[in-house]
Amino acid sequence: MRVVGKPLPKVDVRAKVTGSTLYADDLVLPDMLFCKLLRSPHPYARIKRVDVRGALEVEGVVAAITGDDLPIKYGILPVTQDEHALENEKVRYVGDPVAAVAAYDEETAALACERIVVEYEVLHPVTSIEEALSEPVDEPIHDYGGPANIHKMAALAFGDLESGFAQADHIREDVFFYEGNTHLPMEEHSAIASYVDGKLTLWSSTQTPHYVHRAVSKVMGLPMSAVRIVATPHGGGFGGKTDPFSHEMVVCKLAMVTGKPVKCTLTREEVFYAHRGRHPVLMWVRTGVKRDGKITAMHFKTALDGGAYGSYGVATTFYTGALQTATYDIPAYRFEGARVFTNKAPCGPKRGHGTPQPRFALELHLDKIAEDLGLDPVEVRRRNYVKPNTTTVNWLRITSCGLEEITNRVIQASGYHRRRRVEGHGMGFAVASYLSGAGLPIYWNKLPHSECQLKLDRGGVTAYCGATDIGQGSDTVIATVVAEELGLWPSDIRLVTGDTGLAPVDLGSYSSRVTFMAGNAALDAARKLRDLLVEVAAESMGCSPGEVEVGDGKIGALSFEETAQLAQERYGAISTAGSYRPPDLAGPYKGSGVGPSPAYSYSAAVVDLDADSKTGIVQVNKVWLAHDIGRSINPISVRGQVEGGVYMGLGEALMEEQAYRKALHKQPSMLDYKSLTFVDMPEVETILVETNDPEGPYGAKEVGQGPLLPVVPAVASAIHDALGVWVDQVPITPDKVLKALDAKVKGEAPRFGPKSFPDIPYPQCIKVDPPHVATQAV
Amino acid sequence: MLRLKPFKYLRPSTVEEAASLAAELNGEAMMVAGGTDLVPKLKRRQMEPSALIGIGHLEELKSVDHLSDGGVSIGAAVTLSKVVGDGELLQRYPGYVRAASLVSSPPLRNLGTIGGNLLVDTRCNYYDMTYEWRQAVGFCLKKDGDICRVAPSSPRCWAVSSSDTAPVAIALDASVVLVGPEGRREVPVSSLYQDDGIRYTTKQPDEVVAFLHFPPKDGWRSSYVKLRRRGSIDFPIGGAAAALRLQDGLVTEARIVLSGVASHPVIAEEAASCLIGRHLDDDAITEASEKAAKPAKPLDNTDLAYTWRKRMVKHLVSQAITEAAAPGR
Repeated sequence: MRVVGKPLPKVDVRAKVTGSTLYADDLVLPDMLFCKLLRSPHPYARIKRVDVRGALEVEGVVAAITGDDLPIKYGILPVTQDEHALENEKVRYVGDPVAAVAAYDEETAALACERIVVEYEVLHPVTSIEEALSEPVDEPIHDYGGPANIHKMAALAFGDLESGFAQADHIREDVFFYEGNTHLPMEEHSAIASYVDGKLTLWSSTQTPHYVHRAVSKVMGLPMSAVRIVATPHGGGFGGKTDPFSHEMVVCKLAMVTGKPVKCTLTREEVFYAHRGRHPVLMWVRTGVKRDGKITAMHFKTALDGGAYGSYGVATTFYTGALQTATYDIPAYRFEGARVFTNKAPCGPKRGHGTPQPRFALELHLDKIAEDLGLDPVEVRRRNYVKPNTTTVNWLRITSCGLEEITNRVIQASGYHRRRRVEGHGMGFAVASYLSGAGLPIYWNKLPHSECQLKLDRGGVTAYCGATDIGQGSDTVIATVVAEELGLWPSDIRLVTGDTGLAPVDLGSYSSRVTFMAGNAALDAARKLRDLLVEVAAESMGCSPGEVEVGDGKIGALSFEETAQLAQERYGAISTAGSYRPPDLAGPYKGSGVGPSPAYSYSAAVVDLDADSKTGIVQVNKVWLAHDIGRSINPISVRGQVEGGVYMGLGEALMEEQAYRKALHKQPSMLDYKSLTFVDMPEVETILVETNDPEGPYGAKEVGQGPLLPVVPAVASAIHDALGVWVDQVPITPDKVLKALDAKVKGEAPRFGPKSFPDIPYPQCIKVDPPHVATQAV
Repeated sequence: MLRLKPFKYLRPSTVEEAASLAAELNGEAMMVAGGTDLVPKLKRRQMEPSALIGIGHLEELKSVDHLSDGGVSIGAAVTLSKVVGDGELLQRYPGYVRAASLVSSPPLRNLGTIGGNLLVDTRCNYYDMTYEWRQAVGFCLKKDGDICRVAPSSPRCWAVSSSDTAPVAIALDASVVLVGPEGRREVPVSSLYQDDGIRYTTKQPDEVVAFLHFPPKDGWRSSYVKLRRRGSIDFPIGGAAAALRLQDGLVTEARIVLSGVASHPVIAEEAASCLIGRHLDDDAITEASEKAAKPAKPLDNTDLAYTWRKRMVKHLVSQAITEAAAPGR
């Protein structure tokens, strides 16, 4: 291949590094107004009255609106349409928006917000999973779900648990807690709307213009055809910009009310409130194993602190139980999950969506089982690895699977088995798997998940695709795929992406789906255009199409431009279109929509660190990460994603936490919310393994999320290797390490972490026959 | 983004003029040089001065002067980066230069000044937040409120002294030259601070910290060890400065000063004096470290668990003493 697999620069890199990229907040439209949101200072309160008259009296204010102006509810999932752009009945977390002002400048808008009078009746806030499970002091946070403040419960059982546990030589139970954390994109959310001739346009730093399109249309009461969403270049998303947001709805409404463009850019503090970050999850796991470590049965329970709204929470709940089986062959598996509402900023999807938490628990749990059995933890995992081209007990179709190879490569490169065994130094190993795109869309439909149109005109090619480049390089992937097929360079391709008005649909930049799905759509469209050009060239050359070579800007003996002109002369206007819809992969049970993917990536990590027994301070020296990428479309971008995933994983393992004190975010600032700085970031050795997936474009799979997953447990495992104590809770701050060491000194269990898992009224498990049983029955 | 409230900006041409302007404005104005501490606080409405008096441009405050007695005088508007890059200073006062090098991050050290770091506002995670956040949690004594959020039954403010350079300056017996409308006075750095989170400095509002004056090296070794979550950017959540004089391996004089554990830099006198006349063996260092740690009473108002921070103090002191005794200090 000529451009696929080559370390070419990203197509948008020059503008990015020279600062000329226009992000949402850089956009300025003539006569534009600035919007500020007034947010609730109470975690939980009933709104008695909102009076914006004071704001309207401020000179320079053009409009002020409240929840009465935006009565239609929305939400990312069809089953949880539970948000108002501006609340008019109740506020459910500190930061819940209640009113908005548009003014000629931002200072005036902020001042006017201070003049809005809101009367609240304060209610008793719910601040923890435990509180949410018991009867509320006041009314439940939402009028759906229950009992108490439970939002959603799931209970699934695959295969014969009873006999699985009965066959076990050893059964172990553990409890883990994974604290919530946030995405921390460099770019704060920003949106600007204009309403001209009955047509609404919203430019927004969103990862999912298609879903925002649907939500805006619903809330504004406009047909989809009258709404255009443009996803602007991103300064980071990581899942934090995948919901439709209040400020997006508000600028649309204000643009419609005032007839002027309106912009709203969140402050850093507001980004912490918009959140939709990692759910805090309490986990309990019980596993039966044979003497050799082979798993016979597993029972996994989760409790998620969802914060104030639904967001993606139903999906997140299922994700805490879905991918355990994507790495390990578990013959009998039971999963019970529950998500609760609390009066905190709403949680949602963050890189790894609902899977880093159970992955942390699962990998440490296996380490402990290996220790119990006196076995090598790497070997225990190997004995349980899923095999390529199999179907898991919960009906996940595994195709390409590089688990063996990534394990061998990372173990070898790191020298894990030859490591220095001295107190204070340790290495930890873990593996994980992630989706190359969710198999099902967020709302039920059978449409393609991604479409791409190519226009050939005056010798140039333009690719139109709804895919949204959030910095992950999806524009580069589309350009590379098209260029590969047409014998051009990626930089030759003009791109129109992330724009619902100009480009055909793509569901968005979430679930690691874009390279796989938009890549396949682009490939489909490009092959059609290639065939057309080859045919024209062959005719002109007087040979058969099979003899025409494409490459280096040439189609056979003709230049690309010449061929393009011949094609236009013959056919007139030329465009081709391609699309991709994943095969139907969902298993035959309710809840099977979460987990299936056309392909799974695999990642293995080894972390090397020093841990000080006097201070509990951990210093990570190096991380090796081997990733089964299927095939790299662009290896530089892939490495960038691996390093970014390692970075984020280390942050979650060691310091990042969305901490609250009395239902108030404790540290909504970039100084106080800790994430690694340059100097805290260790060397990362990236090893790419190519398994050439049969369904991925050129064999490619995902890399945006998977590499984060094994890093977190590998850190905890390395700390255990260094000091002989388990810290079963992230972030692993030095005080927790010391507490675990204190416990060890006192002769207690050498660990720090949650002691028990609460009683949760899970429903009766849906019993599902695993595929091999179901097949036999047929 | 967070917007600044309007204020008047005054640009005096001498230090004396800066002091008189401050006196004229009767406490309504604040001095600004690098602005790295002040400007974010203005945005968060932690301070609402009607005027800022710029002193960062004053040439007289921007030089490092070697004095005839062997001491050094550093202008208050000298940037932390300049101090960090000064080889001569490093040789004489390695602890001070080390402390300057650990302040925040490279871009902020390029802007931030040595005077600003001595006077850096005391910090508290109930206080260093936006107006809206403080409104939600309830305002505190230090700004807009009438109780201390971290110690509600206490009549005083417990915001934490967060200067990295002050403890070393005290340990090295440095002094500051204050220029006021009535003239100049020189006071030891140790008396620049007082145990109050709000009125943490004894400097008058119309006085300008103009120079930091170090005595000759005269055999004084020095070190500074900082505790923070990350390798850069963070304020100290604990810190220890040590200055020692040794003769034939025995300690003849010692000073130990802590940062980040109280509303002022804490001088650990008892710990320092227990070292006098002794070799710096493990016993001596451990005894001094434990003595130094005793008065440190961190509260739950900065980063990480305060119980852990308390436990760390002795390790910081121990490391500071060890480093001060090392060759080349």
